[in-house]
Amino acid sequence: MKAKITVKDLEVFFDKNQVLRGINLSINKNMITGIMGPAGSGKSTFISILNKMLEFEDNVTIKGNVYIDGVDIINSDVDQVELRRKVGTVFAVPIPLPRSVFENIAYGPRLKGIKDRDELFTIVKESLEKAFLWDEMKDRLNTSALKLSGGQQQRLCLARTLALKPEIILLDEPCSGLDPISTAKIEDALSDLKKEYTIILVSNNTKQIARITDYSAFFYMGNLIEYGPTEKVFTYPANKKTEDYISGKFG
Amino acid sequence: MRIKPRIVDVFVRISLNLQAFFTVGILAVIVAIIFIKGSPYINLEFIISSPQDMGRHGGIFSTIVGTILLVLLSIFLATPLGVGTAIFLTEYTKESVFTKVIRFGVESLAGIPSILFGLFGFIFFVTKLKMGWSLLAGVLTTTIMILPTIIRTSEEAIKAVPRSLRIVSYSLSATKWETVKKVVLPSAAPGILTGVMLSVGRAVGETAAIIFTMGSSLRMPLSLMDSGRTMAVHFYILAREGISMENAYATALILVLSILSINILAYYIMNRVISKFS
Repeated sequence: MKAKITVKDLEVFFDKNQVLRGINLSINKNMITGIMGPAGSGKSTFISILNKMLEFEDNVTIKGNVYIDGVDIINSDVDQVELRRKVGTVFAVPIPLPRSVFENIAYGPRLKGIKDRDELFTIVKESLEKAFLWDEMKDRLNTSALKLSGGQQQRLCLARTLALKPEIILLDEPCSGLDPISTAKIEDALSDLKKEYTIILVSNNTKQIARITDYSAFFYMGNLIEYGPTEKVFTYPANKKTEDYISGKFG
Repeated sequence: MRIKPRIVDVFVRISLNLQAFFTVGILAVIVAIIFIKGSPYINLEFIISSPQDMGRHGGIFSTIVGTILLVLLSIFLATPLGVGTAIFLTEYTKESVFTKVIRFGVESLAGIPSILFGLFGFIFFVTKLKMGWSLLAGVLTTTIMILPTIIRTSEEAIKAVPRSLRIVSYSLSATKWETVKKVVLPSAAPGILTGVMLSVGRAVGETAAIIFTMGSSLRMPLSLMDSGRTMAVHFYILAREGISMENAYATALILVLSILSINILAYYIMNRVISKFS
Protein backbone atom coordinates (compact mmCIF):
# COMPACT_ATOMS: atom_id res chain seq x y z
CA MET A 1 0.00 0.00 0.00
CA LYS A 2 1.35 3.36 -1.03
CA ALA A 3 0.79 6.61 0.79
CA LYS A 4 -0.44 9.37 -1.50
CA ILE A 5 -0.59 12.02 1.19
CA THR A 6 1.51 12.20 4.35
CA VAL A 7 0.71 14.76 7.03
CA LYS A 8 3.23 15.57 9.76
CA ASP A 9 2.59 17.64 12.90
CA LEU A 10 0.03 19.81 11.16
CA GLU A 11 -1.18 22.79 13.17
CA VAL A 12 -3.57 25.50 12.00
CA PHE A 13 -4.46 28.73 13.73
CA PHE A 14 -7.18 31.26 12.89
CA ASP A 15 -5.73 34.33 14.58
CA LYS A 16 -4.77 32.87 17.96
CA ASN A 17 -7.43 30.21 17.89
CA GLN A 18 -5.93 26.79 17.23
CA VAL A 19 -8.20 24.61 15.09
CA LEU A 20 -5.85 21.73 14.25
CA ARG A 21 -3.51 20.42 16.97
CA GLY A 22 -0.69 18.34 15.57
CA ILE A 23 -2.24 16.01 13.01
CA ASN A 24 -0.18 13.01 11.80
CA LEU A 25 -1.53 10.58 9.24
CA SER A 26 -0.94 8.97 5.86
CA ILE A 27 -3.65 8.61 3.28
CA ASN A 28 -3.54 5.68 0.91
CA LYS A 29 -3.83 5.70 -2.84
CA ASN A 30 -6.96 4.34 -4.53
CA MET A 31 -8.99 4.21 -1.37
CA ILE A 32 -11.79 6.20 0.14
CA THR A 33 -10.64 7.75 3.38
CA GLY A 34 -13.44 9.04 5.57
CA ILE A 35 -13.06 11.92 7.97
CA MET A 36 -15.72 12.25 10.62
CA GLY A 37 -16.20 14.35 13.68
CA PRO A 38 -18.64 16.77 15.26
CA ALA A 39 -19.00 20.35 14.02
CA GLY A 40 -15.93 22.43 14.79
CA SER A 41 -13.59 19.46 14.96
CA GLY A 42 -11.40 20.78 12.14
CA LYS A 43 -12.28 18.30 9.39
CA SER A 44 -13.17 20.89 6.74
CA THR A 45 -10.10 22.92 7.66
CA PHE A 46 -8.00 19.79 7.24
CA ILE A 47 -9.10 19.07 3.68
CA SER A 48 -8.98 22.71 2.59
CA ILE A 49 -5.27 22.60 3.32
CA LEU A 50 -4.73 19.82 0.82
CA ASN A 51 -5.52 22.02 -2.18
CA LYS A 52 -4.51 25.32 -0.58
CA MET A 53 -8.06 26.68 -0.53
CA LEU A 54 -7.53 27.71 3.09
CA GLU A 55 -5.45 30.63 1.85
CA PHE A 56 -8.60 32.55 0.94
CA GLU A 57 -9.36 32.93 4.65
CA ASP A 58 -7.82 35.82 6.57
CA ASN A 59 -5.19 35.50 9.29
CA VAL A 60 -4.47 31.80 8.89
CA THR A 61 -1.22 30.32 10.18
CA ILE A 62 -0.24 26.83 9.05
CA LYS A 63 2.61 24.85 10.65
CA GLY A 64 3.90 21.37 9.86
CA ASN A 65 4.31 19.41 6.65
CA VAL A 66 1.88 18.02 4.10
CA TYR A 67 3.47 15.84 1.45
CA ILE A 68 1.55 14.97 -1.70
CA ASP A 69 3.55 12.50 -3.80
CA GLY A 70 6.56 13.45 -1.72
CA VAL A 71 6.30 17.21 -2.30
CA ASP A 72 5.72 19.41 0.73
CA ILE A 73 2.89 21.70 -0.35
CA ILE A 74 3.06 23.85 2.78
CA ASN A 75 6.73 24.78 2.80
CA SER A 76 7.72 24.58 -0.86
CA ASP A 77 6.62 26.93 -3.55
CA VAL A 78 3.98 24.85 -5.34
CA ASP A 79 1.98 26.19 -8.24
CA GLN A 80 -1.56 26.56 -6.89
CA VAL A 81 -3.13 26.14 -10.31
CA GLU A 82 -1.29 22.85 -10.86
CA LEU A 83 -2.09 21.70 -7.32
CA ARG A 84 -5.82 22.35 -7.80
CA ARG A 85 -5.79 20.35 -11.02
CA LYS A 86 -4.25 17.47 -9.11
CA VAL A 87 -6.47 17.86 -6.03
CA GLY A 88 -10.10 18.50 -6.95
CA THR A 89 -12.83 19.58 -4.55
CA VAL A 90 -16.56 19.00 -4.24
CA PHE A 91 -18.19 21.34 -1.73
CA ALA A 92 -21.05 20.70 0.69
CA VAL A 93 -23.48 22.90 -1.20
CA PRO A 94 -23.56 22.31 -4.96
CA ILE A 95 -22.58 25.58 -6.61
CA PRO A 96 -23.05 25.39 -10.37
CA LEU A 97 -21.58 28.28 -12.33
CA PRO A 98 -24.31 30.29 -14.07
CA ARG A 99 -23.79 28.65 -17.44
CA SER A 100 -24.83 25.48 -19.27
CA VAL A 101 -24.20 21.93 -18.06
CA PHE A 102 -21.61 21.49 -20.81
CA GLU A 103 -19.80 24.74 -20.03
CA ASN A 104 -19.74 23.97 -16.31
CA ILE A 105 -17.81 20.79 -16.94
CA ALA A 106 -15.69 22.31 -19.70
CA TYR A 107 -14.65 25.18 -17.39
CA GLY A 108 -11.54 23.47 -16.03
CA PRO A 109 -10.44 21.88 -19.32
CA ARG A 110 -10.87 25.23 -21.12
CA LEU A 111 -8.59 26.85 -18.53
CA LYS A 112 -6.02 24.24 -19.43
CA GLY A 113 -6.19 25.61 -22.96
CA ILE A 114 -8.30 22.88 -24.59
CA LYS A 115 -10.39 24.53 -27.28
CA ASP A 116 -11.24 21.68 -29.63
CA ARG A 117 -14.98 21.03 -29.44
CA ASP A 118 -14.68 17.25 -29.95
CA GLU A 119 -11.99 16.92 -27.32
CA LEU A 120 -14.07 18.94 -24.86
CA PHE A 121 -17.13 16.84 -25.66
CA THR A 122 -15.20 13.65 -24.92
CA ILE A 123 -14.07 14.99 -21.56
CA VAL A 124 -17.58 16.18 -20.69
CA LYS A 125 -19.10 12.82 -21.63
CA GLU A 126 -16.52 10.80 -19.69
CA SER A 127 -16.85 13.00 -16.63
CA LEU A 128 -20.65 12.79 -16.65
CA GLU A 129 -20.50 9.02 -17.07
CA LYS A 130 -18.16 8.65 -14.12
CA ALA A 131 -20.50 10.78 -12.00
CA PHE A 132 -23.46 8.58 -13.06
CA LEU A 133 -25.13 11.57 -14.67
CA TRP A 134 -24.66 11.05 -18.41
CA ASP A 135 -27.98 9.31 -19.02
CA GLU A 136 -29.89 12.14 -17.40
CA MET A 137 -27.85 14.91 -19.04
CA LYS A 138 -27.07 13.69 -22.54
CA ASP A 139 -30.03 15.60 -24.01
CA ARG A 140 -29.72 18.55 -21.66
CA LEU A 141 -26.08 19.59 -22.13
CA ASN A 142 -27.10 23.07 -23.21
CA THR A 143 -29.59 23.79 -20.46
CA SER A 144 -28.54 26.02 -17.62
CA ALA A 145 -26.96 24.11 -14.75
CA LEU A 146 -29.06 26.22 -12.37
CA LYS A 147 -32.18 24.39 -13.58
CA LEU A 148 -31.05 20.94 -12.39
CA SER A 149 -32.28 19.35 -9.17
CA GLY A 150 -30.07 19.48 -6.06
CA GLY A 151 -28.89 15.90 -6.47
CA GLN A 152 -28.11 16.42 -10.15
CA GLN A 153 -26.25 19.63 -9.35
CA GLN A 154 -24.06 17.82 -6.84
CA ARG A 155 -23.21 15.09 -9.34
CA LEU A 156 -22.56 17.83 -11.88
CA CYS A 157 -20.09 19.35 -9.44
CA LEU A 158 -18.45 15.93 -9.07
CA ALA A 159 -18.27 15.60 -12.86
CA ARG A 160 -16.84 19.10 -13.10
CA THR A 161 -14.10 18.15 -10.66
CA LEU A 162 -13.41 14.91 -12.55
CA ALA A 163 -12.99 16.90 -15.76
CA LEU A 164 -9.84 18.41 -14.25
CA LYS A 165 -8.42 14.86 -14.37
CA PRO A 166 -7.34 15.04 -10.75
CA GLU A 167 -5.51 12.35 -8.78
CA ILE A 168 -7.11 13.21 -5.47
CA ILE A 169 -10.74 14.18 -4.88
CA LEU A 170 -11.80 15.99 -1.71
CA LEU A 171 -15.47 15.90 -0.80
CA ASP A 172 -16.66 18.15 1.99
CA GLU A 173 -19.95 16.68 3.23
CA PRO A 174 -21.18 16.28 -0.35
CA CYS A 175 -24.46 14.66 0.64
CA SER A 176 -25.46 16.91 3.53
CA GLY A 177 -28.26 18.55 1.58
CA LEU A 178 -29.39 15.57 -0.47
CA ASP A 179 -32.20 13.03 -0.24
CA PRO A 180 -31.35 9.30 0.30
CA ILE A 181 -31.71 8.42 -3.39
CA SER A 182 -29.36 11.17 -4.53
CA THR A 183 -26.99 10.22 -1.72
CA ALA A 184 -26.98 6.60 -2.89
CA LYS A 185 -26.11 7.72 -6.44
CA ILE A 186 -23.15 9.76 -5.19
CA GLU A 187 -21.98 6.87 -3.02
CA ASP A 188 -22.19 4.45 -5.96
CA ALA A 189 -20.17 6.85 -8.07
CA LEU A 190 -17.53 7.21 -5.37
CA SER A 191 -17.16 3.47 -4.82
CA ASP A 192 -16.62 3.14 -8.53
CA LEU A 193 -14.14 6.02 -8.71
CA LYS A 194 -11.71 4.80 -6.06
CA LYS A 195 -10.12 2.46 -8.61
CA GLU A 196 -8.66 5.50 -10.33
CA TYR A 197 -8.56 8.18 -7.65
CA THR A 198 -7.60 8.80 -4.07
CA ILE A 199 -10.77 9.99 -2.38
CA ILE A 200 -11.14 11.85 0.89
CA LEU A 201 -14.68 12.14 2.15
CA VAL A 202 -15.63 14.41 5.02
CA SER A 203 -18.96 13.49 6.52
CA ASN A 204 -21.05 13.95 9.61
CA ASN A 205 -22.92 10.84 8.71
CA THR A 206 -21.16 7.95 10.47
CA LYS A 207 -23.30 5.41 8.61
CA GLN A 208 -22.08 6.79 5.32
CA ILE A 209 -18.47 6.58 6.51
CA ALA A 210 -19.02 2.98 7.58
CA ARG A 211 -20.73 2.11 4.28
CA ILE A 212 -18.26 3.32 1.74
CA THR A 213 -14.86 4.17 3.21
CA ASP A 214 -11.82 1.92 3.51
CA TYR A 215 -9.99 3.96 6.12
CA SER A 216 -11.51 6.40 8.53
CA ALA A 217 -10.30 9.14 10.81
CA PHE A 218 -12.10 10.64 13.78
CA PHE A 219 -11.40 14.30 14.51
CA TYR A 220 -12.38 15.94 17.75
CA MET A 221 -11.62 19.51 18.86
CA GLY A 222 -8.75 19.77 16.40
CA ASN A 223 -7.15 16.47 17.42
CA LEU A 224 -6.96 13.27 15.44
CA ILE A 225 -8.41 10.82 17.95
CA GLU A 226 -8.42 7.66 15.91
CA TYR A 227 -7.34 6.53 12.46
CA GLY A 228 -7.31 3.11 10.87
CA PRO A 229 -9.16 0.66 8.62
CA THR A 230 -12.86 1.55 8.76
CA GLU A 231 -13.85 -1.96 9.81
CA LYS A 232 -11.55 -1.81 12.80
CA VAL A 233 -12.53 1.74 13.78
CA PHE A 234 -16.20 0.82 13.76
CA THR A 235 -15.93 -2.59 15.45
CA TYR A 236 -13.09 -2.15 17.94
CA PRO A 237 -12.54 1.54 18.40
CA ALA A 238 -9.40 2.12 20.46
CA ASN A 239 -10.65 5.31 22.03
CA LYS A 240 -13.74 5.77 24.16
CA LYS A 241 -14.51 9.10 22.41
CA THR A 242 -14.65 7.35 19.04
CA GLU A 243 -16.97 4.73 20.40
CA ASP A 244 -19.27 7.37 21.87
CA TYR A 245 -19.30 9.29 18.61
CA ILE A 246 -20.05 6.41 16.28
CA SER A 247 -22.68 5.04 18.62
CA GLY A 248 -24.36 8.42 18.51
CA LYS A 249 -23.81 9.52 22.11
CA PHE A 250 -22.70 12.96 20.93
CA GLY A 251 -22.03 14.77 17.68
CA MET B 1 -57.72 54.02 20.08
CA ARG B 2 -55.57 51.63 18.10
CA ILE B 3 -56.20 51.48 14.36
CA LYS B 4 -56.72 47.96 13.09
CA PRO B 5 -53.63 46.57 11.28
CA ARG B 6 -55.84 45.56 8.37
CA ILE B 7 -56.94 49.16 7.85
CA VAL B 8 -53.35 50.38 8.13
CA ASP B 9 -52.42 47.80 5.52
CA VAL B 10 -55.05 49.04 3.08
CA PHE B 11 -54.02 52.63 3.72
CA VAL B 12 -50.33 51.85 3.14
CA ARG B 13 -51.10 50.01 -0.08
CA ILE B 14 -53.15 52.88 -1.43
CA SER B 15 -50.56 55.48 -0.52
CA LEU B 16 -47.69 53.47 -2.03
CA ASN B 17 -49.74 53.09 -5.19
CA LEU B 18 -50.31 56.82 -5.31
CA GLN B 19 -46.62 57.50 -4.86
CA ALA B 20 -45.72 55.19 -7.71
CA PHE B 21 -48.35 56.77 -9.96
CA PHE B 22 -47.10 60.23 -9.02
CA THR B 23 -43.56 59.34 -10.15
CA VAL B 24 -44.68 57.83 -13.42
CA GLY B 25 -47.19 60.66 -13.83
CA ILE B 26 -44.52 63.36 -13.72
CA LEU B 27 -42.50 61.53 -16.36
CA ALA B 28 -45.61 61.15 -18.51
CA VAL B 29 -46.48 64.85 -18.23
CA ILE B 30 -42.95 65.95 -19.16
CA VAL B 31 -42.79 63.61 -22.14
CA ALA B 32 -46.32 64.64 -23.21
CA ILE B 33 -45.54 68.37 -23.13
CA ILE B 34 -42.32 67.89 -25.09
CA PHE B 35 -44.12 65.64 -27.53
CA ILE B 36 -47.04 68.07 -28.09
CA LYS B 37 -44.80 71.10 -28.44
CA GLY B 38 -42.05 69.42 -30.44
CA SER B 39 -43.62 66.84 -32.71
CA PRO B 40 -45.14 69.30 -35.28
CA TYR B 41 -41.65 70.48 -36.23
CA ILE B 42 -39.99 67.12 -36.56
CA ASN B 43 -39.48 65.58 -39.94
CA LEU B 44 -36.64 63.81 -41.71
CA GLU B 45 -35.37 67.14 -42.99
CA PHE B 46 -35.00 68.42 -39.41
CA ILE B 47 -32.88 65.41 -38.48
CA ILE B 48 -30.57 65.23 -41.50
CA SER B 49 -29.94 68.88 -42.30
CA SER B 50 -27.58 71.18 -40.48
CA PRO B 51 -28.67 74.24 -38.51
CA GLN B 52 -28.82 77.62 -40.23
CA ASP B 53 -29.08 81.11 -38.84
CA MET B 54 -28.00 80.04 -35.33
CA GLY B 55 -30.59 77.29 -35.30
CA ARG B 56 -33.56 79.46 -36.19
CA HIS B 57 -33.89 77.49 -39.41
CA GLY B 58 -32.61 74.23 -40.74
CA GLY B 59 -32.15 71.02 -38.75
CA ILE B 60 -29.97 69.72 -35.99
CA PHE B 61 -27.78 67.18 -37.75
CA SER B 62 -24.45 68.55 -36.53
CA THR B 63 -25.67 68.55 -32.92
CA ILE B 64 -26.81 64.92 -33.25
CA VAL B 65 -23.34 64.01 -34.50
CA GLY B 66 -21.78 66.09 -31.71
CA THR B 67 -23.88 64.30 -29.08
CA ILE B 68 -23.15 60.82 -30.41
CA LEU B 69 -19.40 61.49 -30.64
CA LEU B 70 -19.20 63.02 -27.18
CA VAL B 71 -21.23 60.28 -25.50
CA LEU B 72 -19.64 57.31 -27.28
CA LEU B 73 -16.08 58.50 -26.78
CA SER B 74 -16.67 59.36 -23.12
CA ILE B 75 -18.31 56.00 -22.44
CA PHE B 76 -15.50 54.15 -24.24
CA LEU B 77 -12.97 55.94 -22.07
CA ALA B 78 -14.83 55.87 -18.78
CA THR B 79 -16.16 52.28 -18.85
CA PRO B 80 -12.83 50.41 -18.93
CA LEU B 81 -11.31 52.91 -16.51
CA GLY B 82 -14.26 52.76 -14.12
CA VAL B 83 -14.80 49.00 -14.27
CA GLY B 84 -11.04 48.51 -13.87
CA THR B 85 -11.02 50.68 -10.76
CA ALA B 86 -14.00 48.78 -9.38
CA ILE B 87 -12.30 45.43 -10.01
CA PHE B 88 -9.16 46.72 -8.32
CA LEU B 89 -11.08 47.95 -5.29
CA THR B 90 -13.14 44.78 -4.84
CA GLU B 91 -10.90 41.93 -5.99
CA TYR B 92 -7.30 43.04 -5.72
CA THR B 93 -7.15 44.95 -2.46
CA LYS B 94 -8.04 44.26 1.12
CA GLU B 95 -10.06 46.90 2.95
CA SER B 96 -7.49 49.45 4.15
CA VAL B 97 -6.87 53.15 4.56
CA PHE B 98 -5.78 53.22 0.94
CA THR B 99 -9.07 51.81 -0.42
CA LYS B 100 -11.05 54.02 1.93
CA VAL B 101 -9.26 57.10 0.57
CA ILE B 102 -10.00 56.02 -3.02
CA ARG B 103 -13.64 55.33 -2.19
CA PHE B 104 -13.99 58.64 -0.37
CA GLY B 105 -12.47 60.40 -3.38
CA VAL B 106 -14.85 58.65 -5.76
CA GLU B 107 -17.86 59.57 -3.64
CA SER B 108 -16.77 63.20 -3.36
CA LEU B 109 -16.24 63.32 -7.10
CA ALA B 110 -19.79 62.05 -7.61
CA GLY B 111 -21.21 64.89 -5.54
CA ILE B 112 -19.47 67.74 -7.33
CA PRO B 113 -21.79 69.91 -9.45
CA SER B 114 -21.09 69.55 -13.15
CA ILE B 115 -20.29 73.24 -13.59
CA LEU B 116 -17.15 72.66 -11.50
CA PHE B 117 -16.07 69.90 -13.85
CA GLY B 118 -16.69 72.39 -16.64
CA LEU B 119 -14.51 75.02 -14.99
CA PHE B 120 -11.78 72.48 -14.29
CA GLY B 121 -11.94 71.26 -17.90
CA PHE B 122 -11.77 74.83 -19.14
CA ILE B 123 -8.76 75.71 -17.01
CA PHE B 124 -6.89 72.43 -17.44
CA PHE B 125 -7.74 70.93 -20.84
CA VAL B 126 -8.85 74.00 -22.81
CA THR B 127 -6.35 76.56 -21.51
CA LYS B 128 -3.43 74.82 -19.82
CA LEU B 129 -3.09 71.92 -22.25
CA LYS B 130 -4.04 74.27 -25.10
CA MET B 131 -6.73 71.98 -26.50
CA GLY B 132 -9.06 74.91 -27.07
CA TRP B 133 -12.80 74.40 -27.16
CA SER B 134 -12.78 70.97 -28.65
CA LEU B 135 -14.47 67.60 -28.77
CA LEU B 136 -11.38 66.19 -27.03
CA ALA B 137 -11.62 68.59 -24.07
CA GLY B 138 -15.35 67.85 -23.84
CA VAL B 139 -14.81 64.10 -23.93
CA LEU B 140 -12.09 64.19 -21.25
CA THR B 141 -14.19 66.40 -18.97
CA THR B 142 -17.29 64.25 -19.42
CA THR B 143 -15.22 61.12 -18.76
CA ILE B 144 -14.07 62.49 -15.40
CA MET B 145 -17.62 63.53 -14.62
CA ILE B 146 -19.24 60.13 -15.25
CA LEU B 147 -16.39 58.04 -13.85
CA PRO B 148 -17.66 58.02 -10.23
CA THR B 149 -21.08 56.70 -11.28
CA ILE B 150 -19.53 53.87 -13.26
CA ILE B 151 -17.09 53.00 -10.46
CA ARG B 152 -19.75 52.98 -7.74
CA THR B 153 -22.35 50.97 -9.65
CA SER B 154 -19.73 48.51 -10.94
CA GLU B 155 -18.35 48.06 -7.44
CA GLU B 156 -21.80 47.29 -6.05
CA ALA B 157 -22.48 44.89 -8.92
CA ILE B 158 -19.17 43.08 -8.42
CA LYS B 159 -19.66 42.87 -4.66
CA ALA B 160 -23.07 41.30 -5.22
CA VAL B 161 -21.51 38.30 -6.99
CA PRO B 162 -21.50 35.49 -4.39
CA ARG B 163 -18.11 34.63 -2.91
CA SER B 164 -18.93 30.95 -3.38
CA LEU B 165 -18.78 31.36 -7.18
CA ARG B 166 -15.25 32.74 -6.89
CA ILE B 167 -14.21 29.89 -4.57
CA VAL B 168 -15.59 27.33 -7.02
CA SER B 169 -13.72 28.97 -9.86
CA TYR B 170 -10.44 28.89 -7.93
CA SER B 171 -11.03 25.26 -6.96
CA LEU B 172 -11.38 24.47 -10.67
CA SER B 173 -7.83 25.75 -11.17
CA ALA B 174 -8.64 29.28 -12.32
CA THR B 175 -6.31 32.16 -11.48
CA LYS B 176 -7.60 35.40 -10.05
CA TRP B 177 -7.83 37.15 -13.41
CA GLU B 178 -9.49 34.13 -15.06
CA THR B 179 -12.04 34.13 -12.25
CA VAL B 180 -12.71 37.84 -12.65
CA LYS B 181 -13.00 37.52 -16.42
CA LYS B 182 -15.07 34.35 -16.66
CA VAL B 183 -17.20 34.39 -13.52
CA VAL B 184 -17.30 37.76 -11.79
CA LEU B 185 -17.70 40.13 -14.73
CA PRO B 186 -20.39 38.11 -16.57
CA SER B 187 -22.43 37.90 -13.37
CA ALA B 188 -21.94 41.59 -12.65
CA ALA B 189 -22.64 42.70 -16.23
CA PRO B 190 -26.29 43.74 -15.73
CA GLY B 191 -25.34 45.97 -12.80
CA ILE B 192 -22.40 47.44 -14.66
CA LEU B 193 -24.65 48.15 -17.63
CA THR B 194 -27.07 50.03 -15.38
CA GLY B 195 -24.22 52.30 -14.32
CA VAL B 196 -23.15 52.81 -17.92
CA MET B 197 -26.72 53.68 -18.91
CA LEU B 198 -27.02 56.20 -16.07
CA SER B 199 -23.78 57.73 -17.31
CA VAL B 200 -25.03 57.89 -20.89
CA GLY B 201 -28.06 59.74 -19.57
CA ARG B 202 -25.89 62.14 -17.63
CA ALA B 203 -23.57 62.81 -20.58
CA VAL B 204 -26.44 63.27 -23.04
CA GLY B 205 -28.19 65.73 -20.73
CA GLU B 206 -25.13 67.70 -19.66
CA THR B 207 -24.88 71.36 -20.70
CA ALA B 208 -22.78 73.46 -18.33
CA ALA B 209 -19.62 71.36 -18.36
CA ILE B 210 -19.84 70.96 -22.14
CA ILE B 211 -20.30 74.61 -23.07
CA PHE B 212 -17.12 75.36 -21.09
CA THR B 213 -15.03 72.66 -22.73
CA MET B 214 -16.45 71.66 -26.09
CA GLY B 215 -17.84 75.08 -26.88
CA SER B 216 -21.01 75.52 -28.86
CA SER B 217 -20.00 75.67 -32.49
CA LEU B 218 -22.77 74.69 -34.86
CA ARG B 219 -20.33 73.42 -37.46
CA MET B 220 -19.98 69.69 -37.95
CA PRO B 221 -17.18 68.37 -35.69
CA LEU B 222 -14.79 66.59 -38.06
CA SER B 223 -11.83 66.01 -35.76
CA LEU B 224 -11.11 65.68 -32.07
CA MET B 225 -9.83 69.24 -32.01
CA ASP B 226 -13.00 70.76 -33.47
CA SER B 227 -15.50 72.54 -31.30
CA GLY B 228 -19.06 71.24 -31.49
CA ARG B 229 -22.48 71.39 -29.94
CA THR B 230 -24.59 68.66 -28.37
CA MET B 231 -28.37 68.50 -28.57
CA ALA B 232 -28.74 69.46 -24.92
CA VAL B 233 -26.53 72.53 -25.40
CA HIS B 234 -28.42 73.39 -28.58
CA PHE B 235 -31.73 73.13 -26.76
CA TYR B 236 -30.41 75.30 -23.93
CA ILE B 237 -29.10 78.02 -26.24
CA LEU B 238 -32.19 78.05 -28.46
CA ALA B 239 -34.44 78.47 -25.43
CA ARG B 240 -32.16 80.74 -23.38
CA GLU B 241 -31.51 83.17 -26.18
CA GLY B 242 -35.09 82.99 -27.42
CA ILE B 243 -33.90 81.98 -30.87
CA SER B 244 -36.61 79.47 -31.63
CA MET B 245 -38.82 77.73 -29.07
CA GLU B 246 -40.24 75.50 -31.82
CA ASN B 247 -36.84 74.10 -32.72
CA ALA B 248 -35.90 73.92 -29.03
CA TYR B 249 -38.83 71.60 -28.30
CA ALA B 250 -38.22 69.60 -31.44
CA THR B 251 -34.59 69.09 -30.34
CA ALA B 252 -35.73 68.12 -26.85
CA LEU B 253 -38.13 65.56 -28.27
CA ILE B 254 -35.41 63.90 -30.33
CA LEU B 255 -33.15 63.96 -27.27
CA VAL B 256 -35.78 62.22 -25.13
CA LEU B 257 -36.62 59.70 -27.83
CA SER B 258 -32.97 58.79 -28.33
CA ILE B 259 -32.38 58.29 -24.59
CA LEU B 260 -35.47 56.10 -24.46
CA SER B 261 -34.41 53.99 -27.41
CA ILE B 262 -30.85 53.59 -26.09
CA ASN B 263 -32.27 52.34 -22.79
CA ILE B 264 -34.65 49.92 -24.47
CA LEU B 265 -31.92 48.62 -26.75
CA ALA B 266 -29.46 48.18 -23.89
CA TYR B 267 -31.92 46.23 -21.75
CA TYR B 268 -32.97 44.13 -24.71
CA ILE B 269 -29.34 43.14 -25.35
CA MET B 270 -28.78 42.55 -21.64
CA ASN B 271 -31.81 40.28 -21.34
CA ARG B 272 -30.58 38.24 -24.28
CA VAL B 273 -27.22 37.85 -22.61
CA ILE B 274 -28.73 36.92 -19.23
CA SER B 275 -31.23 34.43 -20.65
CA LYS B 276 -28.33 32.63 -22.30
CA PHE B 277 -26.97 31.78 -18.87
CA SER B 278 -29.97 31.18 -16.66
